Amino acid sequence: MSTVAKGKLKVYLGYAAGVGKTYRMLQEAQEMRQKGIDIVIAYFEPHGRKETIAKTEGLEVVPRRILTYNGSQFEEMDTAAVLARKPAVAVVDEFAHTNVPGCDGVKRWQDVHTILEAGIDVLTTMNVQHLESLNDQVFHATGIRVRETVPDWVVDEADELVFVDLTTRALRNRLERGVVYSQEKARRAMENFFNETNLTALREMALRHTAHEVEEKLDAAAAATLAEAERVSPAGPQPARRTERLLICLTGRPSSAILIRRGKRVADYIHAECLAVHVGENGHNREAVERHMSFARNLRIETHVISGRDVPLAIASFARTRGVTQIFMGRSAPLPWWKRYRETIVQRLVRQARDMQITIVAERRR
Amino acid sequence: MPSLDNPRPNPEELLRRVQADERKESRGRLKVFLGYASRVGKSFRMFDEGRRRKERGQDVVVGALQSGVTPDIQDILSRLDVIPSLTAKHAGRVYDVMDMSALFRRHPEVCLIDGLAYDNPPGSRNPQRWQDVSELLDRGIGVITAVNLQHIREQQDAVERITGKRAANSVPEAFLHEADEIEVIDAPPDALLDRTGGKSIPDPRSLAELRELALLLAADVVDRQLQEYLDAHGVAARWGAQERILVCLTARSNAAEMLRSGQRNKLRFHGALLAAYVEQPDLRPPDRDLLDKHLALAREMGAEVHCLQGADFVNAILGFAQEQRITQLFLGHTARGRAWLSRSPIDRLIDGAEGFDVRLFPHEGSQ
Repeated sequence: MSTVAKGKLKVYLGYAAGVGKTYRMLQEAQEMRQKGIDIVIAYFEPHGRKETIAKTEGLEVVPRRILTYNGSQFEEMDTAAVLARKPAVAVVDEFAHTNVPGCDGVKRWQDVHTILEAGIDVLTTMNVQHLESLNDQVFHATGIRVRETVPDWVVDEADELVFVDLTTRALRNRLERGVVYSQEKARRAMENFFNETNLTALREMALRHTAHEVEEKLDAAAAATLAEAERVSPAGPQPARRTERLLICLTGRPSSAILIRRGKRVADYIHAECLAVHVGENGHNREAVERHMSFARNLRIETHVISGRDVPLAIASFARTRGVTQIFMGRSAPLPWWKRYRETIVQRLVRQARDMQITIVAERRR
Repeated sequence: MPSLDNPRPNPEELLRRVQADERKESRGRLKVFLGYASRVGKSFRMFDEGRRRKERGQDVVVGALQSGVTPDIQDILSRLDVIPSLTAKHAGRVYDVMDMSALFRRHPEVCLIDGLAYDNPPGSRNPQRWQDVSELLDRGIGVITAVNLQHIREQQDAVERITGKRAANSVPEAFLHEADEIEVIDAPPDALLDRTGGKSIPDPRSLAELRELALLLAADVVDRQLQEYLDAHGVAARWGAQERILVCLTARSNAAEMLRSGQRNKLRFHGALLAAYVEQPDLRPPDRDLLDKHLALAREMGAEVHCLQGADFVNAILGFAQEQRITQLFLGHTARGRAWLSRSPIDRLIDGAEGFDVRLFPHEGSQ
């Protein structure tokens, strides 16, 4: 197989439908076309927005693929056709979209990766609420559990992230004028998801996330410069840098998903390695545990299953051998009153691992 | 002790709100486009918004222009009414000054003002342009304006550290916080470098640093607006987008490690660091000295220090954490053992932590 240089990924990040992500992306596509770059629209969702549709004029469109699922017809991006056409740049709207069963990738971001692997650059759009690590925060702020998510590493790996801003007032005006949705749908949207507090909270998350991504890129560049400088003129033995290592304790309880997202988010921000462990006592709840383990692996967390009758003791010794500096765990279920003299798992782990920082993650409720 | 419920506003507070609302209603609306560097395209976005508003039937005029108008902006200007600036001579230089009386007479719905950070020559109505804007707003004229990060007074030290340069003209950050709307113009640094036209601009790394600063500044403005909105509508504060870390200090806690870690987290997350202790009248003198040392250290490390009152340590901390929208609570282990059948304060804090994480720190010397 020949090795092709991977294409570059550029993400236009917004905080809600209607802020102008697609418009801005198409504007850039037009500029590229005018410069003579071979660019095609691989997928575009018009949503009946006139100004946006006008921006596609003159751009070549790769026809969509039509699939039948459960007796209904669905249109998806035709990844194979995009690969066969092999443009320099492909425009792919709605990065967080989940494909209908029958497509190659389960998620559109996976199809985008296939396109990038073929050496094609991609421009794409997404909203901040689709980021996996913000899922609980979004739920807490808006009351809405977003189902279509993209793992953070996928967005971290983008070569460029651009925040497309619009004030919440301007967005609500657009809704009122019927630019984003039909009048009836817009009215309902404004009473629900698109209320002032939700939009403001999401906008703040998007601003902070973009700032974070900019900083991550700066840090990576600085680290690369440092490594290069050391390679050119080695400064002798460097003091061993103390790396933080964060361990997430997984169970089969539903709150484990929150725990995984929270732990990974903290680990990413403090540049810590992230591990997850489950103590497989007697195999009950195995299915739920396996689901959480695979969720953790999707977020690029190293997972382990260990055995031990005494759960806190097993976790503490695993943590010690792996040089863990912080343990993340969920709250123990409250004990019935007649068992209150006993210690909960949290209390016992706290006692076992007094040399480590232990974080008890609260469930984010509304 | 701070109450868990949203406190009922007192009459003075209500009066203040009513007056603020009245002032807001008669005042023109202010919208600011914030850019992180020159050529990011904020002027174009501002004039383009003016064009769209005019097309929708609003009465839009241009109140101030910057020198060096690009062709795409020129194209928009040809479709808008421009109120010509006055020229004033001072010390051999010619200055443009907004024609305030012409603007008052014309009294448009919206006035577009480019180059918000601008010093008027001595003898002008106001020393600085943002003060002219304030006056227009007071008279009920809406203003859309554009400003770059290097002109925000409170950001100028940080900008100078990055670029080695300091802009002469500035606008107070409070003016941004007063704006009804602020929109940030984001673009990757490469896009700016393409548009330089040979002029010197900061290198890509500096541009990225400025970009981060501008995004965080906008996030702070937005956060404040959200809190004001929640306050005004009597909605209890809730967990926001910003990480807010509260370090609980006691005489015997491992304050230094908790504060160090808190500070690291604050920097990484661009969050807020708070430290709190619960007043204990019967604290022994050696413990009092220790606590005072911890508090001094907390202040030194940039934490916002709060003294809480309350008969019950746990309730005082929980109430305060709720009120302050805390996302992470840092707590030291106690050296004491646990009495049979009684739950320790740590257990009670963990049970009561609604919407925030509790991080327990090792006791000093246990490592």
